[in-house]
Amino acid sequence: MTIALHVNGASREVNADPSTPLLYVLRNDLALHGPKFGCGLGQCGACTVHLDGRATFSCVLPIAAVGDRKVTTLEGLLEDGKPNKLQQAFIDEQAAQCGYCIAGMVMRAQTLLRANPHPTDEEIKQHMRPNLCRCGTHAGILRAIKRAAA
Amino acid sequence: MRLRAIVLGAIGVLLVAIVSGLALTWHPTFPPISPPSSAATDERVFGLGAELAAIGNCNDCHVANSGTPYAGGRSLPTPFGTIYSSNITPDVATGIGTWSEAAFRRAMRDGVDREGRELYPAFPYDHFTKATDDDVHALYVYLMAQPAARNVIPPNDLKFPLNFRPMVAGWKLLFLREAQLEPDRGKSAEWNRGRYLVEGLGHCGACHTPRNILGAEERNSAYAGGTAEGWNAPPLNSYTVAAQPWTAKQLAEYLSTGWHRLHGAAAGPMTDVTRNLGRASQQDVRAIATYIASLSSGSGNPKQAAPPKAGNPVADTPAEVAAIYDGACANCHNDRNDVGPSKALSLTLSSAVREAGSANAVRVVLEGIPARSDAPGAYMPPFGGILTDQQIELLAAYVRARYTDQSPWTDIRQEITKARKNGS
Repeated sequence: MTIALHVNGASREVNADPSTPLLYVLRNDLALHGPKFGCGLGQCGACTVHLDGRATFSCVLPIAAVGDRKVTTLEGLLEDGKPNKLQQAFIDEQAAQCGYCIAGMVMRAQTLLRANPHPTDEEIKQHMRPNLCRCGTHAGILRAIKRAAA
Repeated sequence: MRLRAIVLGAIGVLLVAIVSGLALTWHPTFPPISPPSSAATDERVFGLGAELAAIGNCNDCHVANSGTPYAGGRSLPTPFGTIYSSNITPDVATGIGTWSEAAFRRAMRDGVDREGRELYPAFPYDHFTKATDDDVHALYVYLMAQPAARNVIPPNDLKFPLNFRPMVAGWKLLFLREAQLEPDRGKSAEWNRGRYLVEGLGHCGACHTPRNILGAEERNSAYAGGTAEGWNAPPLNSYTVAAQPWTAKQLAEYLSTGWHRLHGAAAGPMTDVTRNLGRASQQDVRAIATYIASLSSGSGNPKQAAPPKAGNPVADTPAEVAAIYDGACANCHNDRNDVGPSKALSLTLSSAVREAGSANAVRVVLEGIPARSDAPGAYMPPFGGILTDQQIELLAAYVRARYTDQSPWTDIRQEITKARKNGS
């Protein structure tokens, strides 16, 4: 079944079962590998994308439910093909160990900075709670978000 | 002559009414004390107090917005306006630091504060009045040994005339029964212990019993189901809607962990109740379970005998809704008898889906079930930001039709709107 999606500013069409999670279509059909498959159960946040600007688990969002809402992935945050301020801050702070969670972390953090450009440490921790990191790079992630907010 | 007698009589009656009204609403002030030193606290009594405070779920209402336990200030919406829980830490200026044990006991038994003011029955003294002197003493010792937290509580925002505290005396006259429970000799010691905790400090009926127009529990419908913070508190008596009848053993596991394999996860206000009961003694939780299970024993409603195992075929469902169910829900809520890492049950076992109203099902979908950081437990992501209201409405109707043989819900849209208004 052909389903139209709006991804990273462009209209795309995918041919997939309507119950397919958005994550699979982004990675397998649209070759957007920013969002990762972590748990597939909406528990870990590795698959986080923006849906109309709101951080959303794409692994539990069937494409039938997306409708005309706009999807943004890590790739969609690039500015003129270069990392945006937040992405660059993650690079500068070397805020990754294995890096698997980082795309989701960036997407989650971006929604915070849009709503609250200068968050406190507590606000950052609270906002980032849905996203898990197994390597324990939370201190680096916190530094990166603060650097981008400075 | 006759007129004079009538007038005098009327004045007399009025005076008696005023005097007895005053007598009813006037309570002496207990002199302020200096807070007892916590260094002298008896550890055994403190431990008992901690356990009873957990069973009483005290920290759920008496919590500060900052999360400080017992510091109060949490807003409690009621049909009569908003009430703010009081600070029950031993802070002298803003808490109960100047309260003697006698003052504390009077608050628990009679709903009157240290200075003699009526307390609103949002503080469930209609239940706490049943606590023994020893238990009230232990609670007092436990609370007085908490760190004093300075926290000024905002004034209540109640509708006229309920904002006039002496009105509460009339409520008490109608609804407060201060008698202690007499043990039922025909029942086991465990059942009697359970009844004492459930009817007293546990105050289960505060949510699970319907309330009358004056906000008092309807004694004739005890445990027939009530409401709590927008959620439906399901019936615990023979009106239970559970797909499988609850046994005492299952209840004990559910109450102390927040989850059971055949019943699912605690959600909404019940989450904190189960977290607290996880800190209570297993013996007391078993007693509570024994009593609660007895409330519905023998119900065996034949309508509940065979909930559809793998789901009813649902005619007239838009293909999109079935696809959303398969993609968003069925990965965890499968029909394979496999709860997986999210501890999700087949919805054929879900009480929320079987309840008469959709309040709980809608709220669980919107808010999810937050992961516990202190213990393993069920988890569900919040779908309030993933699915649209219309999708959730269709999904709820679909799940109701597929997994129960109950009549369709008619309140889904209203419940979504109400839950969204409250921040879901």
